[in-house]
Amino acid sequence: MRSHQTARNLPPVGGTGEAMVVARGLRKSYGEFEAVKGVDVEVRKGEAFGFLGPNGAGKSSTMRMIAAVSPVTDGSLQILGMDPATDGSAIRARLGVCPQEDTLDNELTVFENLVVYGRYFGMSRAAATSQADELLAFVQLTEKAKSRVEDLSGGMKRRLTIARSLINTPDLLLLDEPTTGLDPQARHQLWDRLFRLKQQGVTLVLTTHYMDEAEQLCDRLVVMDKGVIVAQGSPAELIAAHSTREVTELRFGVGDNELVADKVSDLADRVEVLPDRVLLYTDDGEAAAVAVHERGLRPLSSLVRRATLEDVFLRLTGRTLVD
Amino acid sequence: MATLTSGGVPRLAPRLTDYWVTVLKRTWRGSVITSFLMPFLYLAAMGVGLGSFVDDRAGAQALGGITYLAFIAPGLLATTAMQTGVFESTYPVMGGFKWHRSYFAMAASPLTPADIVAAQLAFAAFRTAITCAVFLGVIAGFGALSSWWGGLLAVVVAVLLGLAYAAPITGLASRMKNESGFSLIFRLGLLPMFLFSGAFFPITQLPVVAQWLAYLTPIWHGVELSRMLTLGQVDWWPAVGHLAYLAAWVVAGWLYAVKGFERRLAQ
Repeated sequence: MRSHQTARNLPPVGGTGEAMVVARGLRKSYGEFEAVKGVDVEVRKGEAFGFLGPNGAGKSSTMRMIAAVSPVTDGSLQILGMDPATDGSAIRARLGVCPQEDTLDNELTVFENLVVYGRYFGMSRAAATSQADELLAFVQLTEKAKSRVEDLSGGMKRRLTIARSLINTPDLLLLDEPTTGLDPQARHQLWDRLFRLKQQGVTLVLTTHYMDEAEQLCDRLVVMDKGVIVAQGSPAELIAAHSTREVTELRFGVGDNELVADKVSDLADRVEVLPDRVLLYTDDGEAAAVAVHERGLRPLSSLVRRATLEDVFLRLTGRTLVD
Repeated sequence: MATLTSGGVPRLAPRLTDYWVTVLKRTWRGSVITSFLMPFLYLAAMGVGLGSFVDDRAGAQALGGITYLAFIAPGLLATTAMQTGVFESTYPVMGGFKWHRSYFAMAASPLTPADIVAAQLAFAAFRTAITCAVFLGVIAGFGALSSWWGGLLAVVVAVLLGLAYAAPITGLASRMKNESGFSLIFRLGLLPMFLFSGAFFPITQLPVVAQWLAYLTPIWHGVELSRMLTLGQVDWWPAVGHLAYLAAWVVAGWLYAVKGFERRLAQ
């Protein structure tokens, strides 16, 4: 827990220039349906790069192309300087993949899962065994080594999946929604492990729809919606470009929020009315709150907070549910 | 290091050995009793029980002077190979895609779809070999084996026959969304092939149309080969034809399965 608090204070680990992933006009179609509609992305060595977006945005399809398992429909893609269409096996030899759905073998033990997987990479049994020991310690599952996977909790399975994706000491680690479905403790523990990997120089590419996860982990990210990139930059840059610095949240009680909206619309750069509150997007939230009071309006509660990536995300991809 | 990503040679398949050994370690106990018991029960009931009934009457002559036990023992050996091949390529293959998703884990590594199919089929072949070797031992115990070399070759043929089923059905399973189609395969495919393949009676007893259908199935060719070998009466040219026909099913099934895996794993 301690280490990811310091994560925020450290300067982002900048890319050293070597391009790990280069995509140009990348497209993926499944029959008539176009999941990815021309994406340009460049990930450099040592970076933590995020794909953000609602469900169905095309994040996972993009990830599966980068993982060199799903063929590119159109455009160009280079991974570790190689073409996945011809060098898929050689690319995959240097990748670590943590899929969205666990693909652990439930009937094998925790330890067997790691060793067997190491063998797929051509590691000797001895090398796979010692690496498995180290990784179990890294993800704090050493005492579970002999347990069957089906007896593990969701968080433990996730950690085991991460450990498995590291068995071949990958140059590039791909994580598809690594913490979806985990409780807060398990999520923080996972972030902690991922941050350590980043410090060791492993390049991370992850997808998420959790904004806090993106802010915690990503140096740079792209926001995807309906198969295209709608914004990109560091978390701070995105907030600066697509949101105000602060947000004032006013609650007037159900039904009244709509009525008040007109009266305060000039106090902020943008006003958003939700069923339970009114959001004022402004660079000085405190001043806006004071101005509201000066107009004789008495919200039941008011809260001034910094704008987050979530505000950016909702601004860019909308509040409507996508299925 | 350029590697083939599709339709290629399963160069890396040996890397899956440890996986399949662990699978075997956790599953062999369940199959060990049945693999002894089934042949014993079949040979006792049909070979000895029904056989004594057949041999006492006109049957002995119709079968060309051999006992009914000696007639059906190689047939049962072949049908066992067929069943093992089918079982190993239905639920286990569906599970690899759908339930434990182990194929997707493999596909994320340097292994190619061809590697994954090759190891799956090698395991099916191994299972068939063990099951049929046990069966052969039971046949010998009943005194229905003319020579050991014939018996051992019959096991080799049984493996080829098992693969002639396992390969195309692996391809079929890789294209199926759920397992409900398997009961169709078992009831409308496996059961008629088991009953009308020449294992229990010569297919010349069947109507002509049914005979031709039987000629198309791999199992009939397997039964014929198996019988030649356990009886020690090999007709060389027909034998070569049977082998070639079975090999054709294996090759076609392999290509079909690799294609199916490539598509499913790329989704």
